[in-house]
Amino acid sequence: MSTLLQIFILIPLAGFLVSLFLPRKKERVISAFAISIIGFNLLVFIIFTVYWLMHDHPMLNEKKICLFKSSDFEFFIDFYFDKITLVFAGVGGVLAFLVSIFSKYYMHREEGFKRFFNTILLFYTGYNLAVFSGNFETLFMGWEIIGIASFLLITFYRDRYLPVKNGLKTVFVYRIGDVCFILAMWMCHHLFHENISFIKLYSSQLFSSELTGNYFTGICIGILFLIAAAVKSAQLPFSSWLPRAMEGPTTSSAIFYGSLSVHLGVFLLLRTFPLWENMLLIKILIIIVGLKTSLIAASISRVQSTVKTQIAYSSIGQIGIIFIELACGFHTLALIHFAGNAFLRTYQLLVSPSVLNYLIHHQIYYFEPHKYDESDSFLKKIKYSFYILCVKEWNLDFYLFRFLWEPFKWIGKKFSFLKGKLFIASFIGIYLLGLMCYFMQENIPPIIIEFLPGLFSCLALILVLKAFTERGEAIDAWRLIVSAQFFVALTIVVNELPDLIKILFFMSGIILSAITGAIILTKIKSKENNIDLNCFHGNTYEHPKFGFVFLLACLGLIGFPITPAFVGIDLLFSQIHLNQVLILTFISLTFVFTGISALRIYARVFMGQHKKTYHPMAYKSS
Amino acid sequence: MKTETSVSSKNEILHEMKDPTSSFNEHDVIHNLKHYLPTQAALRDFIHHNSLHAFQNLKFYDAIFKASKMFGYQVTLQLNEFRTLYKNGRIRKDVLEKVICDKKGLEQVEKWKVNLISKDYDCTNAPRVGVLRSNWKTQCKLDLDSLVQPLLFRILSNYLDQGISLWKFPVGNKSFLDSIKELEKNSYISFFKTKRAKQLLLSGDCQIKSLLKIVVGDEKYFEQYLFDQQFAHQGWSGITSAIEDMPQTLMDTKNITLRDLIIFELILEIDALDFNLPKNWQPLSNFVSTEPIDLFDKVPTNEINEVFTLWQNAFEWSYYDGVITGIALGKKQPQKNIPKKSFQALFCIDERECSIRRHTETSDANCETFGTPGFFTVEFYFMPDGGKFYDKLCPAPVTPKYLIKEFNAKEKRGHETLYSHLSHTFFIGYFVTLTLGFWAAVRLFLNLFKPAMSPAISNAFTHMDNDSQLLIENKNLKDRENGLQIGFTIEEMAARVESLLRSIGLLKDFAPIVYVIGHGSSSANNPHHGAHDCGACSGRPGSVNAKVFAFMANHNKVRQVLSAKGIVIPNETQFIGGLHDTAADQIKFYDTKILSEKNKEQHTKNAVAFENALDLNAKERSRRFASINTKLSLKKVREEIRKRSVSLFEPRPELGHGTNSLCIIAGRNLTKGLFLDRRAFLNSYNYETDPDGKILTGIMKPVGPVCGGINLEYYFSRVDNHKFGAGTKLPHNVVGLFGVANSSDGDLRPGLPVQMIEPHDPVRLLVVIEHFPEIVLKVIQFMPEMYEWYINEWIHLMVVNPETNKFYYFKEGQFAEYAPLPVQIDSLIDFNVLMDSALEMETNHIEDATHENLPVFILK
Repeated sequence: MSTLLQIFILIPLAGFLVSLFLPRKKERVISAFAISIIGFNLLVFIIFTVYWLMHDHPMLNEKKICLFKSSDFEFFIDFYFDKITLVFAGVGGVLAFLVSIFSKYYMHREEGFKRFFNTILLFYTGYNLAVFSGNFETLFMGWEIIGIASFLLITFYRDRYLPVKNGLKTVFVYRIGDVCFILAMWMCHHLFHENISFIKLYSSQLFSSELTGNYFTGICIGILFLIAAAVKSAQLPFSSWLPRAMEGPTTSSAIFYGSLSVHLGVFLLLRTFPLWENMLLIKILIIIVGLKTSLIAASISRVQSTVKTQIAYSSIGQIGIIFIELACGFHTLALIHFAGNAFLRTYQLLVSPSVLNYLIHHQIYYFEPHKYDESDSFLKKIKYSFYILCVKEWNLDFYLFRFLWEPFKWIGKKFSFLKGKLFIASFIGIYLLGLMCYFMQENIPPIIIEFLPGLFSCLALILVLKAFTERGEAIDAWRLIVSAQFFVALTIVVNELPDLIKILFFMSGIILSAITGAIILTKIKSKENNIDLNCFHGNTYEHPKFGFVFLLACLGLIGFPITPAFVGIDLLFSQIHLNQVLILTFISLTFVFTGISALRIYARVFMGQHKKTYHPMAYKSS
Repeated sequence: MKTETSVSSKNEILHEMKDPTSSFNEHDVIHNLKHYLPTQAALRDFIHHNSLHAFQNLKFYDAIFKASKMFGYQVTLQLNEFRTLYKNGRIRKDVLEKVICDKKGLEQVEKWKVNLISKDYDCTNAPRVGVLRSNWKTQCKLDLDSLVQPLLFRILSNYLDQGISLWKFPVGNKSFLDSIKELEKNSYISFFKTKRAKQLLLSGDCQIKSLLKIVVGDEKYFEQYLFDQQFAHQGWSGITSAIEDMPQTLMDTKNITLRDLIIFELILEIDALDFNLPKNWQPLSNFVSTEPIDLFDKVPTNEINEVFTLWQNAFEWSYYDGVITGIALGKKQPQKNIPKKSFQALFCIDERECSIRRHTETSDANCETFGTPGFFTVEFYFMPDGGKFYDKLCPAPVTPKYLIKEFNAKEKRGHETLYSHLSHTFFIGYFVTLTLGFWAAVRLFLNLFKPAMSPAISNAFTHMDNDSQLLIENKNLKDRENGLQIGFTIEEMAARVESLLRSIGLLKDFAPIVYVIGHGSSSANNPHHGAHDCGACSGRPGSVNAKVFAFMANHNKVRQVLSAKGIVIPNETQFIGGLHDTAADQIKFYDTKILSEKNKEQHTKNAVAFENALDLNAKERSRRFASINTKLSLKKVREEIRKRSVSLFEPRPELGHGTNSLCIIAGRNLTKGLFLDRRAFLNSYNYETDPDGKILTGIMKPVGPVCGGINLEYYFSRVDNHKFGAGTKLPHNVVGLFGVANSSDGDLRPGLPVQMIEPHDPVRLLVVIEHFPEIVLKVIQFMPEMYEWYINEWIHLMVVNPETNKFYYFKEGQFAEYAPLPVQIDSLIDFNVLMDSALEMETNHIEDATHENLPVFILK
């Protein structure tokens, strides 16, 4: 029975791949195809579930494909099925099915009709991969796919400024979650010396003993997973991206931000439960996050005067409560609550345009003039202060920007003096020196060898931060990102001296993506002259194909599961030791900013308002 | 002097006006700004208007090209779109040559044809607005919009909110600026990040001029800067200005002015600049690199605009010319004389009723139909039973003095639990989520597979209860409410009935039943539903007007007054009100129980004819809906059409006024033989009863603002849906119950969404009048504001001489004979064949979309 599990990923995956080749103008074909793929998947799932329930509903596990194997490292795809999977896959399937039927009519004649259904199928593949996953690596693959699908749907109207800006904002925040996820996986790996699968996690006591032995590491793992979950589920202090993500068509907002994507944090906490169930601190932290979020989000939701943001904050508030339920161990309740919240918010978002008519009608018959507080009391002052605080969303968005991005921007700008040929030459020199060290390690004092990984990882971070703040040529920023990857590889090489095969595995994906990206940027540059990163250029309007290929290159570079670089990242991390905090910080920050900078280049060059004004264009503020 | 009240601030404005040393006059600049901003009020009051109303004093082409240069609008189709239309035959070769010849002379035709068809032009258009203010970005690397707008929009929408937020703006009963002052004064937390901004607001001494001094510096840039600033979010500025002029557009009224908005925005800008720039930052004028071109400077003529002019003319005449040929041919057809009319039916002039009239006449060859503005000359406010507000039911510019009240409404309004605010609260929200959440899934399922009417859907028939009674007759002049007279007196009723009957020329030969049928539109999930209802009833269904008019015309005393004036309505003739739902294609009749026995029998027969007409109408409409197979049986198509109007997933319940392009003011004989594809406003008029054009003047008054307004709003929303229109509906987010924005922190989007304008061909309205040119000339010159529409070419005017059957086109102040080009007009044998074989657009790009629009046919 467990071998069947892969079907639920393969069907949508095949559907997604085929859908890419459907003719763009054939709406009926595209929508019918997507609906039947999702519908068929749902049908098989229902049959499977009935069968499973009738056969004592065992936990199922299937170790499927091994993507990479060496003496000390194994990366494999693993599937798993239990009650949690059942609920998440069931709700996801039903909603995806209903929303895709809804969209068939709703999206009619929309410019990006095909793109929309492609992305929905991609999302559905990622979602199923995540909820059927049997280990963290597989879950992470699904997690990444959902992240990119989110970005693509927020920026669905890519010729306008705000969707692109808010799409990038979301990705920036998501990226924090991604890295926390990787770090947590890395810690687990060092702690348990294997890639643990969920079935082992749930069934054996082995891990809790390991965890009690390494209390501090255990706490770190818990916190990291909590951050990752909080990011995906828009909990404090990461809440402000969710209302801003309502940029795409209502249907996509409904399925992503009303229901499925936003509950993935809940899923992560359910899956990691055995890791922290005995750690009171983590439980308290989760409760604090959940409680604070639910109270603050509910209060912010009260002052929202637009329908979609009101629903977004209400949903965040309920997810906060789900977090509390989880920490208290009420898993069944949490699952019911998840399903109820997902259905309710999806429905509310889908019918949100009709609120205007409904409430105005209501007003005609039931309007009562509001009584304003004319007193002059202390309580009034408190009330007013609280009101302003809620309108300003408790400054969440501001602080996120201020404390998360500004410092790195500041660092990046500080290194703006590093430019010109001399700079390139010196970096190449350093790199060659580093390689020499690797080949002649016997002749170099160990003190230097020890110092090198820190230096190289630091240089990698500087490079990528420079790319992050680059406002000049796009190709320069691209080069910086690519060089940063080389320095990351070098760091690992001098740090651990692993088999070259691991490095090659990582670099093969990077190099392929780097070259592709560079070719595209050069071509665009020769056609359009100016593609600096000071503003958005909207080149997709004239060069949609280039845009698509460049997006693939970006995804390859940032370790999206389409090139070996994806496995490579995990692999590289496994080479860093538990006590190398500095290197770890540098490397993980490099990964955060690699993703952000690459997508920033993509967005600036290909998205936003088109630079040429020979056709109607939206206002920047619209 | 510190000021708190708006009265004293007005004094200050006056004071500033008198300051002779100042080049900046606040009052004038604000007045000027308001003139150019969009004027769309709250969405429930959707009144169509010319999007470029501010330029109407100029000739059409001068106006659009000037507007384009100033604000960056696209004002015609794009060059390559015109060329594609020419290639696929939508722009006729002979018409193009004629247009060039008329404008450039015969010898220039070949040269210009080459220019139009193949010469390379630079079509980029860099607007003047925004250039000055962009210096913040280019010189200081500061994106002021991103720093200021999100908070500004949030505060504005919270202040104006009509009922979305659970926690209302704490100080909502004062003016916008005073409310914020009050809030800031009594709060430990501030909207601002810096001290100076807060002090500026609280000191009360915040004048636009002094604030601009801080931000901009040099006075000569003040006006330009304010235009840049306000046009960076024209949606919000526009609605602020509209609410200022028309506070009743919000039911929970708010006291806001554009001046308040500008002051607050300037303070927010100072806040952002203080926070983000080094301490002693310089005002903008100190570092403006190049002098910006004055916004209002003359726009130099250039060749590309001439090319656009020629293409646009050719595109318009390629359609008009066929229409004129068709009318000429149709006029020659022998008119059938109907000896005994089975019934008469009055519909709105709305071009959506053009087809239902045709089908009604097909279903019963002995009936007669008329077209007249859908408020049926009765203008009043309406108060529904249990309602707390008045609805205006007449054209927007009219201010009625009457009130019609409803009582004894039978049906109570239903509720939708899932729309409850409670789901957004903390505790109750928790239980709602756990329980109703699953009900939502069921509802979604039902909505998808079995769409049905629900309280959340705007239902045209619930505007007035089906079986309620109305207080129409005023028997005591003292019956007044809020300055309005309740009901009409006999004389007032008679005057209105007479006026209507005279205007459509229905003075004798009354049928036993005369139907008076208003129209409205039902749709689901549609914030723009007001734009689908009757334009002559201020964007509401016309049911009450129909019922009121029928009551008046049936009134014995009214009939006595009328017969004294020569209009004798026979005793057996009865008037019946009704409402046509243009989305669901349904007609409901009101007060049928008053019918005499004989008429009841007749009515049953007539109702069948109407049903058949609605079936055919549904079929005709269905050809433009991809989700409906037009070849299905009539009944099935009709059912699908009905379902559309209640489907939450359907962003196009109907296509509104899309494709409108003609307005024909003439007897039915001029149009009866023509298939006009629902593109014509049809106003019944008999020139014989109006030799001096008096009645025509009354008819022509609303043609500009109503039909011209609709037509031009569609025109501009079609050619630049991003800037004039509301863009696609799909990402729309309802804001405060008065507008839509694209997302959480976007600008409001006035104008028409893309789903309404897809099939529309952007051509100006062609008005065709059956009368003598000299009379028509006198009529349009009667009022300068009416004449402006024609002399400035915002509307084309053609007159057909009823005696010679010759056509005269109005140009530069006079009529000149127009001879249509020789072209074959096809005869239409079978309506069904035409519908089944008509092309459907593949995409909504103009070159595909216009395939749907059919040429004129002669009906056999």
